Amino acid sequence: MARYAREVAVVAFAQSDHLRRTDELSEVEMVMPVLHQVLAATGLKAGEIGFTCSGSSDYLAGRAFSFTMTLDGVGAWPPISESHVEMDGAWALYEAWVKIQTGEADTALVYSYGKSSPGSVRDVLTRQLDPYYVAPLWPDSVALAALQAQALIDAGETDEPALAAIGARSRAAAETNPHAQLSGSVPQGDYQVRPLRTGDCPPIGDGVAAVILAAGDLARQLCERPAWITGIDHRIEAHSLGLRDLTDSPSTRIAAEHAGVFEAPVDTAELHAPFSSQEVVLRKALGLGDGVSVNPSGGALAANPVMAAGLIRIGEAAARIHRGESDRAVAHATSGPCLQQNLVAVLEGDRA
Amino acid sequence: MSTTGRSGKEPVAVVGIGQTKHVAARHDVSIAGLVREAAARALADAELTWADIDAVVIGKAPDFFEGVMMPELYLADALGAVGKPMLRVHTAGSVGGSTALVASNLVAARVHRTVLTLAFEKQSESNAMWGLSLPVPFQQPLLAGAGGFFAPHVRAYMRRTGAPDTVGSLVAYKDRRNALKNPYAHLHEHDITLEKVQASPMLWDPIRYSETCPSSDGACAMVLTDRAGAARSPKPPAWVHGGAMRSEPTLFAGKDFVSPQAGKDCAADVYRQAGITDPRREIDAVEMYVPFSWYEPMWLENLGFAAEGEGWKLTEAGVTELDGDLPVNPSGGVLSTNPIGASGMIRFAEAALQVRGQAGEHQVPGARRALGHAYGGGAQFFAMWLVGAEEPTP
Repeated sequence: MARYAREVAVVAFAQSDHLRRTDELSEVEMVMPVLHQVLAATGLKAGEIGFTCSGSSDYLAGRAFSFTMTLDGVGAWPPISESHVEMDGAWALYEAWVKIQTGEADTALVYSYGKSSPGSVRDVLTRQLDPYYVAPLWPDSVALAALQAQALIDAGETDEPALAAIGARSRAAAETNPHAQLSGSVPQGDYQVRPLRTGDCPPIGDGVAAVILAAGDLARQLCERPAWITGIDHRIEAHSLGLRDLTDSPSTRIAAEHAGVFEAPVDTAELHAPFSSQEVVLRKALGLGDGVSVNPSGGALAANPVMAAGLIRIGEAAARIHRGESDRAVAHATSGPCLQQNLVAVLEGDRA
Repeated sequence: MSTTGRSGKEPVAVVGIGQTKHVAARHDVSIAGLVREAAARALADAELTWADIDAVVIGKAPDFFEGVMMPELYLADALGAVGKPMLRVHTAGSVGGSTALVASNLVAARVHRTVLTLAFEKQSESNAMWGLSLPVPFQQPLLAGAGGFFAPHVRAYMRRTGAPDTVGSLVAYKDRRNALKNPYAHLHEHDITLEKVQASPMLWDPIRYSETCPSSDGACAMVLTDRAGAARSPKPPAWVHGGAMRSEPTLFAGKDFVSPQAGKDCAADVYRQAGITDPRREIDAVEMYVPFSWYEPMWLENLGFAAEGEGWKLTEAGVTELDGDLPVNPSGGVLSTNPIGASGMIRFAEAALQVRGQAGEHQVPGARRALGHAYGGGAQFFAMWLVGAEEPTP
């Protein structure tokens, strides 16, 4: 018996080239070509889409209601059924998937974007922290990730050479990804915050991702080999780092159980691990063996447009299924400091 | 085959509602304390505990209003969400309504059985005018605040319909009197008179000081559940008969700011779902998003309660009074209470209170069907639901 009322698949995925700076482009100008590309892949027009949902953060744009302007990039006339999450686009995809499950829509356009270049993203992300007790201290995202990495090393779960190997593997994989920001042989570099070196940290960049979802037979019409979402779930943990075991990710494990990850082997995993050490945590929570291809796109260590990087993981996993390179993939997105909130989706292609 | 045999949506019921007493500044609580107060009241109303909640859906207006980026991360503990799914919705001023609809869809889709939804704004933590006025490269500045943006559209309405310039003050006088019957309302102006409203300073002609919303700290929460959950509910549930969102661009040549197409389409979708063909006769109470008094006659037309150009006549004739034929904002509305991100959810929750018969002194006698309405941005994002005392027929 199927887990959900309706079969829903990712039928198209598009993304921008991820760049260190895009000073010459407004957000609308960044988003629009990607939306046109993903719609063209299905032959659908914006007005034919049943539901539209986006993800972004005002704090990256440095202004309130930034998404209201970006919506213009969809061409939102006549009026559309539309919503927005102030989260990574992976959660926008989740809201759209729920909408299709209700039967009120058969297709959905999901997009997300982030321009980190106008500000200092390390500083900006400190504003996510408890506003009374922690944010005033401005602990930045690299420092918090370094705490997590050191906890893993102290627990004997990894060491610095193993972390370096994760960075090197990711950027080598990204050589086949034309959209990646960093690829090939990238030096491990100096310590950013010990024990994390430059090579353990994500590049800072601007980028956009977009996905089209469709239900049932419509998905089969729109895509030769749809990537069926056979399970999707997300969970959050306590915010305070002192209340969590940073070497583990129980929220990822619970989400994976509910999404059915452990019911059959996966061949591919696209993990949203902006820091090399976080891949160690996620591999353990998801029970991934050495036979699984992890981040064949290069992952967030090759391109990490904040608010889009999670949606890109779902898109990359789906694209491998579309191309026949995967039969059962797990895609993961994260939010908050040190993997506080995690989304897990299982994507499957019809077997020949 | 796109279904597995379970046809149609799960009916959704509102079984718990909680609000904070809305005030200008809640110095006694943190943001976490504020939201937990509303959530705890909603759970108490439903006679449920945190353990009964399967997922949390939270909404608020821009993060710059409190200066916390993605505050749902910090609020996970306060809302009992640890180990559960938590979604954060943001659709500008309509967000309180959209948040409730996203939560409702989780139940309707049978993804979760019982969902806590909450919206808040703690405006005293920061400065909303500043939050709305950050300059952006490549885009036209809208630095006049919300009143400056909406006043020309009110003027356009008056010119188009020939409405006398007294109508706005009638709305404000009514809503402020209704607020006196609502213990959670922010403004309790016991000495309010029509003359005082009309003598208040002109802010953005034709909008006077007493015809504008206050700036509030507050939160609103609801517990939504499925048919089985409704059967266990200790108090009468409110059933969701229809819900929809519509969006249109902020600025473009063909936009009708007086009566946006997205608002008309959204209402039409809700009425279709709920089987409403004559809203004026079939709906017993309306909680409408009226941040500036003139939006009551404008939205009466946009929502199909009056023909184009006729909305102000309903207001002038007293139809929208608490004891009128179509009470609008019996709670006192946004004109009396405006924690921006929560204001839409308060409209949805107050509509539900009416059909549950739980609205206390501002209860519309015998209300069976009520509309909750929210809008945001440059009158471009709309969210509405219609709730009823009876379970909807499939």
